[in-house]
Amino acid sequence: MSLFKSSRIVEKQIDEFLDTVAEGALVFRSGINAYLESARAEFEASIIEIGKLENRADILSREVESHLYSHSLIPEHRGDVLGLLEHTDNIIDTVKMSLMQFSVEHPVIPDEFDAGYRKLGEASYQAADAVVVSTRAFFRDATAVKDTLFKVHHYEKEADGISDTLKRAIFASDLELAHKTQLRYFALNVERISDRAEEVADRLAIYAIKRNT
Amino acid sequence: MGLLLFLSSGLFLGWSLGANDAANVFGTAVGTRMVRFRTAAVICAVFIVLGATLSGAGAAHTLGRLGAVNTLAGAFTVALAAALTTFWMTRLKMPVSTSQAIVGAIIGWNIYAASVTDTDSLTRIVLTWVACPLISGTLAVVLFMLIRWLINTTNPHLLRLDAMTRAGLILAGAFGSYSLGANNIANVMGVFVPENPFGDLSVFGLFVLSGTQQLFLLGSVAIGVGVFTYSERVMRTVGGGLVRLSPVPALVVVLAHSITLFLFASEGLEHFLASHHLPTFPLVPVSSSQAVVGAIVGISLFKGAPIRYRVLGEISVGWITTPIIAGVVAFLMLFFVDNVFDQRVHQDMRYRIDRIVVEELARQGVADAGLDEIAGTTFANGVKFKRDLETATTLAEDDIHRVIELSRLGHWMIDPGILAEKIDTRWLTAAQLDALRTLADRRYERSWLMHRELAATSPDWSERPPAAIHRSWNKELAAKLVFLDRVFRLERRDEP
Repeated sequence: MSLFKSSRIVEKQIDEFLDTVAEGALVFRSGINAYLESARAEFEASIIEIGKLENRADILSREVESHLYSHSLIPEHRGDVLGLLEHTDNIIDTVKMSLMQFSVEHPVIPDEFDAGYRKLGEASYQAADAVVVSTRAFFRDATAVKDTLFKVHHYEKEADGISDTLKRAIFASDLELAHKTQLRYFALNVERISDRAEEVADRLAIYAIKRNT
Repeated sequence: MGLLLFLSSGLFLGWSLGANDAANVFGTAVGTRMVRFRTAAVICAVFIVLGATLSGAGAAHTLGRLGAVNTLAGAFTVALAAALTTFWMTRLKMPVSTSQAIVGAIIGWNIYAASVTDTDSLTRIVLTWVACPLISGTLAVVLFMLIRWLINTTNPHLLRLDAMTRAGLILAGAFGSYSLGANNIANVMGVFVPENPFGDLSVFGLFVLSGTQQLFLLGSVAIGVGVFTYSERVMRTVGGGLVRLSPVPALVVVLAHSITLFLFASEGLEHFLASHHLPTFPLVPVSSSQAVVGAIVGISLFKGAPIRYRVLGEISVGWITTPIIAGVVAFLMLFFVDNVFDQRVHQDMRYRIDRIVVEELARQGVADAGLDEIAGTTFANGVKFKRDLETATTLAEDDIHRVIELSRLGHWMIDPGILAEKIDTRWLTAAQLDALRTLADRRYERSWLMHRELAATSPDWSERPPAAIHRSWNKELAAKLVFLDRVFRLERRDEP
């Protein structure tokens, strides 16, 4: 029956889209670590990889959108789901942009800040990963969304704290002002991933309530 | 040609029914955007045609409610009045009950023809307003709780839930449309069955469509056209005007509506339960429009969803005014058709209490000294006859109706020609047909004498003891007897 067939196709595409975003978050974490370890080849490989993933995510979200409209699926939640996918797609776009900036500017990160950037990257990765888990729950068990959303907020707050500490340490150091400004910019760049994850989480909280009523 | 003209009002009634009643089966599906209007209209029209042609002709050889109206011009006018009322309500986007419009119009005819109104019809209308929304609303809440528990337990993917809900809405809609066609076609076309101009038609040698089936096919096509051309407005009212429903409650509403009709109006189910010695559901009058609105309100109250009380008030007022308006319109139109177009809209009914009537009444346990007072007098006005009976006797309402029924005069003859042409032999049992053939050419002055002789000739023409298990037999028998009264009555042809 084509009704169930088209639903299965979209279900699969949404799953694949979320896999792609989760994989993007992993690539982000390994890319940041590779950069900090000066593993140049590994870092460039992650840039190529994130480009492919971002492209795939774009294609998948467009296909989902077209299927939802052409088959008039989930009329009640169509707008919410498309908004959710668009904002989740922003995470992988931000990951790509962040890694690309590292590749373009190649900032010199002094050893004393290495651990700070590593921790910031980890917190941002965790926030992105947690929001993908919440998004999956929205589709399968809306009551479970609330249980996973707190993790996203937790890691976003953690990323905020790490970033704040890191920026203060940078500006308290003896580095030149231009260097300090560049390092602050990169702290923001990494932290932004968790901000994007939180934006998705805020929407999910409302959509889950709507779905449960 | 005359018949075709008369048929047009039946077709208009069919069109009005399609325009209004399709909303009950597909309104919530279209209102929640789960099914496109065009898709709903195609499914609805196809299944109405199938239901009317396949099941309608089998189960409802009856004359429908309009069978009480005893001339073709009268039936034309009554159908037209009901159709105009339903059409007007549809224009106002109000879901109303077409059958109530018909009952209202028949009461209008009764008043015009000075015929006695069956108080059961009135009670039925009023009971429907109360019983049906209550039953359906309660069922909707129970069903909603059950489905919500099921969803929370199985946690289907949002898209799979969407597909299942959509499939449920389409299946329930198709089933509802089939029932709509099967149950209502007799109201639309039944009255024209005795005058049916169509003979048997072989379709490419594959199957044979009887004359009745062709007539019902024509009526169901009119219903289908009504669905396509005009039902969208009422669908939007049912689906979103009253309360903004989401898809799962929309499905619950359609299911609650179908189950209400099935449990509380299905004689088939009652017969099945009774024949298996199971307790039966009480048969209460239910209407699909009221079942749908009751379910929507029930589920909204349970969920605490905001109801647009202004729309609900308008719909409720529509239910009350529909039979009244239909009655008034029918009365006025009958006056015009009778006096301006010079068409006979009713046969004069005459009543007389003779010795044979008194004996039969005594046999049935009805006796009153007052009967002798008016015995021998011929009454040409049913209402006056009833009034006189009420004054002269102390009989209860039921017994008075029995006296009126037994006192009705007329001329009946079991005409072998009509027996061969107008009677669908598949509808009657072999024993019933044999009894009719045995009594061919006999004449009767009262229809019950014909019934009594038929019963004496074959037990298949006898009423069975009043028990739930026999109810459908007795109802079918009563329908057959009304049909015989109609086709074998001589006045239709002989009187000027």
